[in-house]
Amino acid sequence: MESKDISYFTMVDDLQAVLDEEQKEMELSACAQKPLNTESFNYSRYHTLSEIYSFQDMLAAENPNLVTNLVIGQSYKGRPLNVLKFSTGGTNRRAIWIDTGIHAREWITPASGIWFAKKIVTDYGRDPILTDILNSMDIFLEIVINPDGYEYTHSTNRLWRKNRKLNPRTNCVGVDLNRNWDSGFGTRGASSNPCSETYHGPRAHSESEVKSIMDFVKTHGNIKAFISIHSYSQLLMYPYGYTRNPAKDQAELDRLARKAVTDLGSLYGTHYRYGSIISTIYQSSGGSIDWAYDQGIKYSYTFELRDTGRHGFLLPSSQIVPTSEETWLALRTIMDHTLKDPY
Amino acid sequence: MATGELNPNHFPARRAAKVVQHYLNTRYGSPYRLFGLEEVLSATAEDVDDTGRRYHLQISAHEIISNRKQKCSAEVFFPRGEPTQPAEVKASCEELLQNTTAQEEALYQRYKGNHSLLSAQYIPDSQGNIEPDMMPFWHLSIAASSFIMLNESTENTLYNMAQVAQITQLETESDELKFDSLMLLHDMVSQEILHWKLLFTWSPAGGVKVQQMKQIPKPHH
Repeated sequence: MESKDISYFTMVDDLQAVLDEEQKEMELSACAQKPLNTESFNYSRYHTLSEIYSFQDMLAAENPNLVTNLVIGQSYKGRPLNVLKFSTGGTNRRAIWIDTGIHAREWITPASGIWFAKKIVTDYGRDPILTDILNSMDIFLEIVINPDGYEYTHSTNRLWRKNRKLNPRTNCVGVDLNRNWDSGFGTRGASSNPCSETYHGPRAHSESEVKSIMDFVKTHGNIKAFISIHSYSQLLMYPYGYTRNPAKDQAELDRLARKAVTDLGSLYGTHYRYGSIISTIYQSSGGSIDWAYDQGIKYSYTFELRDTGRHGFLLPSSQIVPTSEETWLALRTIMDHTLKDPY
Repeated sequence: MATGELNPNHFPARRAAKVVQHYLNTRYGSPYRLFGLEEVLSATAEDVDDTGRRYHLQISAHEIISNRKQKCSAEVFFPRGEPTQPAEVKASCEELLQNTTAQEEALYQRYKGNHSLLSAQYIPDSQGNIEPDMMPFWHLSIAASSFIMLNESTENTLYNMAQVAQITQLETESDELKFDSLMLLHDMVSQEILHWKLLFTWSPAGGVKVQQMKQIPKPHH
């Protein structure tokens, strides 16, 4: 340009250097957001499905003597259904089943599930109660029963509840996975309308997300407690939801529930009500814990976590850890009681 | 339905008590005052001939922003018949009515100027978080939605506000601030999310007034 007598001025001395610097910064910030291990994982934030899958893999990789990441089936859209197995050995030991994330919009539940998973590996060998439990029993934890629904709450509709099954002859999508079990299936307390949030589906366990758990539990044959975690309402409930007939173990289940919610409340004063599903919240049929109880799993409970309606499904992420901490106390009480009752 | 003394921990008493919460929020709710239902302390219910059912309740109400609680007595009458008439509520929780005038006045003046009209979406956001500036409008939205929830409540519903999908301040010549909104309400019993368009006004002197409310169909996919 000088040779042609064209005047100019330099805006950037070395553009390549600027671009190189920018590239380095981008790589650094991407790394900072992606946890390399479960120590740097952010437990105070709601996570995407892929972040949860990564967490499960990392936890199993970091704790090969305690944690295995099982695949028990596939969702409607073909996503893996993972269950974390916590075991100190033995063969087909008496076991506890815990699940979260059956209803997509109940984000506090998988968030707590993640926290519980980390708590178990941290406290084994430190907390005498948990250590005793794991020395004799296994714990199975399914953090996201409904991955398709959960993904949908991130991409499209934060308040979606059901799975993402396409129903024939209608635009309405989804089956309520907690109305699809073989416990009073299709009776009062569920809807036969595919457009309804409580649509029970065409048949009992028609949904792969439900059938895979049913098959797993039946094949295992030695599960002694079945705990399903939902939100919201701050409730701890035992069977039944589909009938007013009291569970034959109602008195014991009620006493244990009272102890569990007392322990839960001891941490932050959070008040839980407790009782059978049908009297505490509403009649509901085809529910998982009714099925589990009728399979002979005595300690079948369902939680409804924080809060009681102020935030509802949109519980602030700052409450994830306190909610998990208090709920853990109740879970531990139920597991401990199960350990001590070798039925 | 149970008559006589009700178990305060069971759902019939809880549902009736929730209606009292909605009533209190329609009467007294504001950007700086909001009621929650803490506990049902005791409850009885009776049929009133064929006209409906009346609940007598002792509840613990919680004024959320000042974090104060008070025992209140209330009566809720659910009329029978078609078309369904709204519930009728009598309740008083005067001790919880703290003076919020200064804050309300400051908010009112700030937004009365009509220079930049408020417009916001998704309160709370997906993570459950609310910008501090938006908090008073979240409270105001719950108060305004309480008119819908009170109107729609029966013995077979339990309503809570799920999310403010959209709130837009409109220009107006009158003294009140005016808002157009889309409110998402959750009914615990059916588990449905109900979409309601709500046009309402608010001023410190006038409180919340609803001009129009209309349910719109939810998307099915």
